Amino acid sequence: MNYLIQRLIYAIPVVLGITIIVFFILSLIPGDPATAILGSYATPENVKLLNEQLGLDKGLVQRYFIWLGNLLQGDFGRSFALNRPVLDEILERFNATLILSGTAFILCSVIGVLMGTLSAFKQYTLTDKIITFAVLTGISVPSFFLGMMMILLFAVNLQWLPVSGMYAIYGGGDFLDLIHHLIMPAIALALVATGVVARITRNSVLEILRQDYIRTARAKGVREGSVLIKHVLRIAIVTILPILGLQAGFVLSGSVFIEIVFQWPGVGRMLVDAILKRDILLVQGGVMFVAACYVLFNIAVDLIQRVLDPRIK
Amino acid sequence: MINLYKLISRNRLALFGGVLLILIFIISFLSPILPLKDPDITKTSDRFLLPFSDGYLLGTDHLGRDLLSRLLWGTRLSLLVGISAALISATIGSILGTIAGFYGNKTDNVIMRLIDVLMAFPYILLALAIVAVLGPGLFNAMIAVALVNIPFFARNIRGVTVTIANKEFIEAAKLSGMNNFQIIIYEIFPNILPVIVVTISTTIGWMILETAGLSFLGLGSQPPQADLGSMLGEARSALIVNPHTSYVPGAMIFLIVIGVNLFGDGIRDALDPRLSKGQLIKPQPVTQIKSLGKVNPKPNTFFSVENLTTAFEFDKKLYLASKNVSFDIKKGECLGLIGESGSGKSVTALSITCLVASPPGVITDGSINYSGKNILEMDYEELRKIRGNKISYIFQDPLSTLHPLIKIGKQLEEAFIEHSESKNNEASLRGKELLKLVQIPNIENVWNSYPHELSGGMRQRVSIAMALTNDPELIIADEPTTALDVTVQAQILSILDSLRKKRGLSVLFISHDFGVVSQICDRVIVMYGGQIVEQGKTENIMKQPRHPYTKQLMECVPHIGYGKRKLPTILGSPPSITHKKQLGCSFADRCFNKKNNCMELNIEISKKGDSDVRCLYPHE
Repeated sequence: MNYLIQRLIYAIPVVLGITIIVFFILSLIPGDPATAILGSYATPENVKLLNEQLGLDKGLVQRYFIWLGNLLQGDFGRSFALNRPVLDEILERFNATLILSGTAFILCSVIGVLMGTLSAFKQYTLTDKIITFAVLTGISVPSFFLGMMMILLFAVNLQWLPVSGMYAIYGGGDFLDLIHHLIMPAIALALVATGVVARITRNSVLEILRQDYIRTARAKGVREGSVLIKHVLRIAIVTILPILGLQAGFVLSGSVFIEIVFQWPGVGRMLVDAILKRDILLVQGGVMFVAACYVLFNIAVDLIQRVLDPRIK
Repeated sequence: MINLYKLISRNRLALFGGVLLILIFIISFLSPILPLKDPDITKTSDRFLLPFSDGYLLGTDHLGRDLLSRLLWGTRLSLLVGISAALISATIGSILGTIAGFYGNKTDNVIMRLIDVLMAFPYILLALAIVAVLGPGLFNAMIAVALVNIPFFARNIRGVTVTIANKEFIEAAKLSGMNNFQIIIYEIFPNILPVIVVTISTTIGWMILETAGLSFLGLGSQPPQADLGSMLGEARSALIVNPHTSYVPGAMIFLIVIGVNLFGDGIRDALDPRLSKGQLIKPQPVTQIKSLGKVNPKPNTFFSVENLTTAFEFDKKLYLASKNVSFDIKKGECLGLIGESGSGKSVTALSITCLVASPPGVITDGSINYSGKNILEMDYEELRKIRGNKISYIFQDPLSTLHPLIKIGKQLEEAFIEHSESKNNEASLRGKELLKLVQIPNIENVWNSYPHELSGGMRQRVSIAMALTNDPELIIADEPTTALDVTVQAQILSILDSLRKKRGLSVLFISHDFGVVSQICDRVIVMYGGQIVEQGKTENIMKQPRHPYTKQLMECVPHIGYGKRKLPTILGSPPSITHKKQLGCSFADRCFNKKNNCMELNIEISKKGDSDVRCLYPHE
């Protein structure tokens, strides 16, 4: 518990750093937001008025603190393109992203660890070779291309799964409908990360198998199956955990592409649209929100790591 | 470099990746001089022609542009952008990493905290933010991808630089008057270059994918100019009706990335020391056994080792670690096995229940006879029932030999449960009883502790308790007191000795220390260079060592109360294990009594006085 508090306190400078980077990078965007909103025929008076309303007539540092203060109160500003509060839009979108990325993350962790372990236990057998080949292929296919090919095969040709979206437009909306829509994008998103996790798991299991304590287990006469499951896997999971935390970042990143390919109504698609429309506040808010969630997620990974590995003090 | 080439060419997949990449490079970079149509000429009458149509090998896209031409020009662009991004981020990242690692302290802190903040973003967010600022465009996308990957290089390079910066040759360079800049350029840079190369080779595939991704989103190359990513992005709207426009660029991205990955893996494997040492090969549960001579087990001996030869196999060559070792142990006897590190004593001990890691370990000859059976001929299940049950081990360093994540109690119970049908509570009663036996105070505490929470002496007591779990007949103690300080060492020895006498245990006690062996062993075997060089009763050997090696080894033991003297050492070092056949005495190089014929023939072990000695000129 103490550790949790300590860890949260350590996260504050990181999150502050993120706010500084997000704010100042995005305030470098050339052009005048007021002109962008009002269009190029706006009168100078109107532009000036809107700039004052948006608080853009103040200095950069002052604006940062105003923005930060608002953030802390949960006010992310208003998206001019969508004409609604940024936070409302983000929360709605983030739910969809979380469902997609979360599913993909669980898929890649479970399947990646299983495949990597199996591959190490059966090193140099046919199983190992097939997994190694699959992993190599998996990490070399761009997820967006894979997504497109899956749509062609499973949605267009075989007609097993819907082409895109999160729910059917007519009559859908229940849990089964969601699962039906989720299958393809989640698999496409999980693929690369699964490959990376499997690869790292294989190597770390092989390294663990050489450790003295594994020899001790064998010297005790422990059955080989128990050696692998009780002694090797237990420690493998602890070593792989930080890697999984890192993969969560990659899954989240990949979700941007997958959301676009599958028309998934998530944060990634929102961000790309916002950039193309120069909707700065929405970009700022979206980036900030996702980055902060990622920091929290990594704190959670750290905590689990501590619970599983008593050596960390 | 030649070495690298050799290693890669040995790896067929890496070679394939390399060739694939070179082909793609050549074709795409020749595109300006190849007889191709202009990639940007649109012809609406020829929209969406299929591959192999008249005049268009790969067909046309939604504007009637030649796909082959666009593909090659696009590949060229994608490669250029990906490689430039990799070089930019490698350069900046390496500079930052080197500075942070070399200067340390505040500089390090500031740079690394900054890197931490950058790493706190999922990379795409940062890339999107950068593109948002700079505006969509291929050059800007490249900058974004390069910046996003800087932390990765900086972290890797910093780690290596820190280790290098603490080495002696950097100190020497400082003393020779080089300034920091010169040291970084001439001393550090050549040493981190391989790491930079490996990092580039493992990330360049990512970077090509990332730039293609940004272009795919419409944030990279802008029409009419097209790289592979934007080709795919444009093709997406026609995916269902005209999928061939998607296949073409998508397949090319896949080929490039798989080529980079195969080749990069090849480089990484070639430079990874763990692979060349075989540390990433799964060890089998039983040591590999090859070509055993037929041995008739002796019916009357309790335990004997005959002619045991264990080798390590590298590159199809056998390096013999123990050669034709034979000895026996009687019931209730404590046999000492003594020698320097590398003498083959631990390998001999591990061979007894086939625990030598294999690969590379191989038992090439001999038999190990235990109550009328040859252990080397047993199947796995039969052997498993002996391990930890009839024959058990105490290892040297219990911090690394006890499982770090399993509580002591569980580890003790496991030893019991694996060899009996009984219930858990019986196992825990047994375990606690054993902890009492090895004189552990507050048993409940220790029971619920992890190994790292105990002191070295406590851990070794636990190991002894674990070895005793199933009332074994033989305990093999491999340097059980070496990692402990002297007072604890004495306690452990006395526990071991009294248990042995009380229970009539046989012990094979391995050590490099004559002082320790003389305290508890009935008989002693001295090993050198994988061979037994002398054996006999402890008191006889202590009184009258015959082999020059034994004599010198004994002189290395300090004696309390005999006044000051210079502690002698044995000059030279033990022979390294080779795969070549060697003739003569392996100790000859370091022996004061060496005569000419010592190297001429193999010397057999023979009786001399009360002991057996392998020497032509033993001490009288």
